[in-house]
Amino acid sequence: MRHIISILMENEAGALSRVVGLFSQRNFNIESLNVAPTDDPTLSRLTVTTVGDDRIIEQITKHLNKLIDVVKLVDLTEGNHIERELMLIKVKAVGAQRDEVKRTTDIFRGQIVDVTPSVYTIQLTGDSDKLDAFIQALGNNTILEVVRTGVSGVARGEKVLSLH
Amino acid sequence: MELLSGADMIARFLADEGVEYIYGYPGGAALHIYDALFRQDAVKHVLVRHEQGATHMADGYARASGKPGVVLVTSGPGATNAVTGIATAYMDSVPMVVLCGQVMSHLIGEDAFQETDIVGVTRPIVKHSFTVRHPSEIPEVLKKAFYIASTGRPGPVVVDIPKDMTSPTERFEYVYPKKVKLRSYSPVMRGHTGQIRKAVELMRKARRPILFGGGGLVLGKAAEKFTQLAQALDFPVTTSLMGIGAYPQTDRQSLGWLGMHGSYEANMAMHSSDLVVCIGARFDDRATNNTSKFCPTAKIVHVDIDPSSIGKTVRVDVPIVGPAESVIDEMLHLLEQHKADPDHSLNDWWKQIDDWRGSRVGKLYEPAEVEATLKPQQVVEAVWEITKGQAYVVTDVGQHQMFAAQYYKFDRPNRWITSGGLGTMGFGLPAAMGVKLNYPEDEVVLFTGEGSFQMMLQELSTCQQYDIPVKIVNLNNQSLGMVRQWQDLNYKSRHAQSYMKSLPDFKKLLEAYGHVAMEVKKPEDLQPTLDKAFAIKDRVVFLDIYVDPFEHVYPMQVPQGAMRDMLLSKTERT
Repeated sequence: MRHIISILMENEAGALSRVVGLFSQRNFNIESLNVAPTDDPTLSRLTVTTVGDDRIIEQITKHLNKLIDVVKLVDLTEGNHIERELMLIKVKAVGAQRDEVKRTTDIFRGQIVDVTPSVYTIQLTGDSDKLDAFIQALGNNTILEVVRTGVSGVARGEKVLSLH
Repeated sequence: MELLSGADMIARFLADEGVEYIYGYPGGAALHIYDALFRQDAVKHVLVRHEQGATHMADGYARASGKPGVVLVTSGPGATNAVTGIATAYMDSVPMVVLCGQVMSHLIGEDAFQETDIVGVTRPIVKHSFTVRHPSEIPEVLKKAFYIASTGRPGPVVVDIPKDMTSPTERFEYVYPKKVKLRSYSPVMRGHTGQIRKAVELMRKARRPILFGGGGLVLGKAAEKFTQLAQALDFPVTTSLMGIGAYPQTDRQSLGWLGMHGSYEANMAMHSSDLVVCIGARFDDRATNNTSKFCPTAKIVHVDIDPSSIGKTVRVDVPIVGPAESVIDEMLHLLEQHKADPDHSLNDWWKQIDDWRGSRVGKLYEPAEVEATLKPQQVVEAVWEITKGQAYVVTDVGQHQMFAAQYYKFDRPNRWITSGGLGTMGFGLPAAMGVKLNYPEDEVVLFTGEGSFQMMLQELSTCQQYDIPVKIVNLNNQSLGMVRQWQDLNYKSRHAQSYMKSLPDFKKLLEAYGHVAMEVKKPEDLQPTLDKAFAIKDRVVFLDIYVDPFEHVYPMQVPQGAMRDMLLSKTERT
């Protein structure tokens, strides 16, 4: 099953390589990964999506917790949560295609953020399935380049992942 | 306010931390530190002949004392030579602090002379690592390194120190940090009471229970408590290879150690048990054999300080995360309340165990008579007798290691010093030296083989320099015995590269280093030679003992089988 593990860790040199190294060292899988500092500049928030049965996921969270740089973590998929991914996608847009791409973008509530006579660059956010669906809707022959951030997420409601 | 250079801070910190010996080898990036060490005498430096030797010396000391061993090496090759020793310590959870010189900070990343990203290289084999970014951080970084290395589940910590951090011209305030706080690291101090209660319930109801102790009991200084627990319960006791000594092996309740080459009775009892209470072992593949056939009728209680050890390889019914000593203490306390418990008869179980045990008496191996080739097992037994079971026993890796584990009986923890997890050939000599240097009054015996010994024999020179009189028992079978055994069993005796075609004349070799060497080729010479060797207290004595090259280590669990599936000799199996 797919899990989203969200990690609060020391914003220090080497911390990221320890997390990533752990996954390869222990033969765990990384589907997507993103990381950026938080409002507290000493902390980074890292989100990793991974796939595995319960035993593997338990091992992943236990080993992550053992890393000295990891302050706290949560498996967001254990509860209700919001997940988002941002995609920038560059597509061919000439002739009749221009309108078609624009319409599809509107249906998916994306935005065209850059325009040339032959190319649209579209920004789209949503969960990973929505992004996949958009790519499918456009069709392979129009897509020039796809950039995805990987999943970020947060628990619904009052629950927070913070120092205190 | 005291102002010190980074290099002086390191020397001073080590003294303040109570470090007596550090093991190392100088080189460009570490020279400021070496100069600081030269100008003080609180911390003594032992110059090894290869950095791997330094790590194993520190490791041997750490295993015997329970305190972190300290290593100092230079950048690049100095640090990479230490890698095998760091990995060895990591696999057996040995506390160690490795200080590595590094090129000047402004050169890092430029492929400078003797530059290696040692933090990167060692990342998967350390508990944690630090790079010093400013000289003023040195006391705090070192304190954190020692704290992390020696608390929780111990392990090696690497501290990477760029040369400019130790420059003698820049001075900063030095205060020894008595305490350290890490917001992301707080080792668990006690187990969950509810879980402990559940475990004790199972222990009270069990009819075929077994206690299974691991290296965590030795590292966690919980052997005494563990022994109390075993005796309070009257449970049979087995240990992992690393847990040897956690319970007195000459006691009736001890079944010896378990696993691939463990005792028949321990493996049989594990397989037939209805409750396995594991404390401080990690159920590795050499202990469990095929996990899907492991202890089919047993419930499993697993106590470990490292949550990731629990449920990693076998399913666990009652997981307890906590330090062995405090968890056992709570168990004892709970058991105390049920002291007058009548429904606790283990008579049938003990009878079964005694049958297993009895069935093997006199069948373990056939000692050689006059004019035959010595059996390695009988050499170990003779050494056990002459040292009265009281020596620190260090081993290398291979058949001799298993024979030593099987036939030397340990009644105390921290006396059995072996590379269990990584299985590092070459570990033995430097590890034995690390022990002897710190326990000069005690007998330290190294069991080794020609293969392992030749991997680190340059340290004989260090022995000479520092006068470290270890006894070296070379079980010389003129081949890589364990490899050969596997080739006999699995490759129709095709002995690919397991034969040491040109052995040195060990006697001349040892004498070249100024040591004493003796040779034993016949059974009748064994005892007189041992008597002579062990009467010498102030010299390295190397006993080159020719043993049967065709001997195999038994029992040996059948690959992919259950605990009880064992070869018992070349012709018998369970």
